[in-house]
Amino acid sequence: MAKGDPAVSSRGRRAAPRSRRTAATGEPELVQLLTPTGERIESAVGPDGTEYRVDFTDEEYRGLYRDLVLVRKLDAEATALQRQGELGLWASLLGQEAAQVGSGRALRSQDMAFPTYREHGVLYCRGIDPIMPLGLFRGVDQGGWDPNEFKFNMYTIVIGAQTLHATGYAMGVHMDGRTGTEDGEAVIAYFGDGATSQGDVNESFVWASVFNVPLVFFCQNNQYAISEPLERQTRVPLYRRAGGFGFPGVRVDGNDVLASYAVTRHALDNARLGQGPSLIEAYTYRMGAHTTSDDPTRYRIASEVEAWQAKDPIARMKAFLDKQQIADADFFASVDEQARAESVHLRERVLELPDPAPVSMFDHVYPHGSPEVDAQRAQFSRYLESFEGSAH
Amino acid sequence: MATETLTLGKALNTGLRRALENDPKVVIMGEDVGKLGGVFRITDGLQKDFGDQRVIDTPLAESGIIGTAVGLAIRGFRPVCEIQFDGFVYPAYDQIVSQVAKMHYRSQGKVTIPMVIRIPYGGGIGAVEHHSESPEAYFSHTAGLKVVTCANPQDAYVMIQQAIASDDPIVFLEPKRRYWEKGPVELDAPLSGAYPLHSARVVRPGTAATVLAYGPMVRTCIEAATAAAEDGRELEVVDLRTLSPLDLTAVYESVRRTGRCVVVHEAPGNLGLGSEIAARITEECFYSLESPVLRVTGYDTPYPASRVEEEYLPDLDRVLDAVDRSFGW
Ligand SMILES: Cc1ncc(C[n+]2csc(CCOP(=O)(O)OP(=O)(O)O)c2C)c(N)n1
Repeated sequence: MAKGDPAVSSRGRRAAPRSRRTAATGEPELVQLLTPTGERIESAVGPDGTEYRVDFTDEEYRGLYRDLVLVRKLDAEATALQRQGELGLWASLLGQEAAQVGSGRALRSQDMAFPTYREHGVLYCRGIDPIMPLGLFRGVDQGGWDPNEFKFNMYTIVIGAQTLHATGYAMGVHMDGRTGTEDGEAVIAYFGDGATSQGDVNESFVWASVFNVPLVFFCQNNQYAISEPLERQTRVPLYRRAGGFGFPGVRVDGNDVLASYAVTRHALDNARLGQGPSLIEAYTYRMGAHTTSDDPTRYRIASEVEAWQAKDPIARMKAFLDKQQIADADFFASVDEQARAESVHLRERVLELPDPAPVSMFDHVYPHGSPEVDAQRAQFSRYLESFEGSAH
Repeated sequence: MATETLTLGKALNTGLRRALENDPKVVIMGEDVGKLGGVFRITDGLQKDFGDQRVIDTPLAESGIIGTAVGLAIRGFRPVCEIQFDGFVYPAYDQIVSQVAKMHYRSQGKVTIPMVIRIPYGGGIGAVEHHSESPEAYFSHTAGLKVVTCANPQDAYVMIQQAIASDDPIVFLEPKRRYWEKGPVELDAPLSGAYPLHSARVVRPGTAATVLAYGPMVRTCIEAATAAAEDGRELEVVDLRTLSPLDLTAVYESVRRTGRCVVVHEAPGNLGLGSEIAARITEECFYSLESPVLRVTGYDTPYPASRVEEEYLPDLDRVLDAVDRSFGW
């Protein structure tokens, strides 16, 4: 078994006994509902005895598959655009589609999400135009969507900072009396394995716990923080950290969209019902580079990548749909065609994204302006106008 | 109109109480702000009257205080955070400069962070290390934040309410050595009254030279002006009140009138507020100046042991000495 390779769960298997000494990686205790070969597992049991299962219609299964394929294709298009110089940078989600689509689809419309810079799949599930993050990486804006309208906050580059924002927001949900019922609100905070070393993430664990806020911490353990492997961040499996802070933690197969959905939905529902925070560690792998400026061959070996290739989230879903005759060749072809068309469309629109007007850099520094900034804007405008025949 | 004599600390407390009464979305949060009423008692009695959901004792984690307040602000609350002492704001520095200050800009105005960060600051109370610092320049250097400080009870009462009502994120510096000084406070003073939050004020008119000060140094400078007047020199003392943005209009007006300027602050001089002010006055008022703008500041050392802080802090003599140098040019 390759390094970092969790054992594959079989139908209904129980969590490993607590006493077993385990390393940070290679940890077998993970919730899985769909094996890498596309076998469906009826239900799986988490470390605290919670039983996870999903009950989707054929249409819903096909919908999840479509999401996975579209998100991967749009991501690939963005990577290509970066290679062609159209984006300054791109942080690819390749390999993490199931964790993002599974958790993203588990959110209800009233739930609020606080992402990092890689959550393009969650963004897609929130109904945001996929062009939006490309503006940020192209450098024409700093993220153009309205966080309140879509219940999906701005991307956060500073590692871990957003977990505190999520915690405060969740305190607010609680103070607004919006927990404790079936239609209550829940909050989800996304972060990576590297982020778990940050003070802010640990502070947010403390706060979320002592204030019992309706918050799901969703850690995508993609095994690396740029070049640093998981062993550089922790000596215990990440999901077990939760216990020390006083809330439940569970590790899910992050390449399994069904299990990712099931554990997230369960955690969100618990949160909205007033049962407090929990931590989900989605055990997955970043198949590509950290960002387009990274060279992963310097710090990881091909066999490891191949081993994870065999656990691809889309291939296993396709095998399942195929075997169960939930979808036929026409369906798969139509999804591919839709993905192709949407990515072409995306490309066209990215190329047309207008550069911002230079003077716009002075906008929105303060809600009601500032004499200093206003004076600099006026001076800058005069300066631009001083160029004869200037197009500005 | 109800006018009472209050200490600056009590004036802040009364202002906070008003803000809690007037807007149910205002929440106070920080270490020990609840039962204890804060280590300086500025939030005294507020949790008793407004409950522990409005006045929240937080875990001991400064980044957590500011970071969760960001989330509360996104949710529609108006958090007022207390940082216990100036020297403990640094664990929260990242959240303040990278998150609080930039959210509105990054979201192109869609997210507003109406938050106040109260920090008791400055020296002069004989404290141990990390309890006497003046971090105003760090925050004034950060676009997206506003930085203000009060120097008397009336301003304390009004400005804290103005800051809470403002949609800007505001670092509100409280001159801790002046907490116990008393003055008249007009309790019905309108918040939109004669002095909006972002304006300097002439606190003692004069013609000979302008002395610019803020926070704890305002009183020192008024005393210096009183002493100078006995020698026949009428100094104009201007309380800047707001450090970012600076009310430069008021500064230029005064300097053009007097032709001389001394800037006074406790913080170290190197790249301090005084440097910026001197540069701006030089650019704008060059032909009105009779002598260079001079600075009287703390030294470029870490804040020293309290047995020598009287030497470190600008006092009446150092201010008068600078005024003399200005005239000796
Ligand atoms: C506070 C901070 N330090 C360093 C960086 C530079 N940096 C960007 S991404 C990254 C690795 C993050 O790893 P992880 O949390 O595992 O998330 P992943 O990128 O794997 O999704 C680093 C070090 C940063 N953005 N913020």
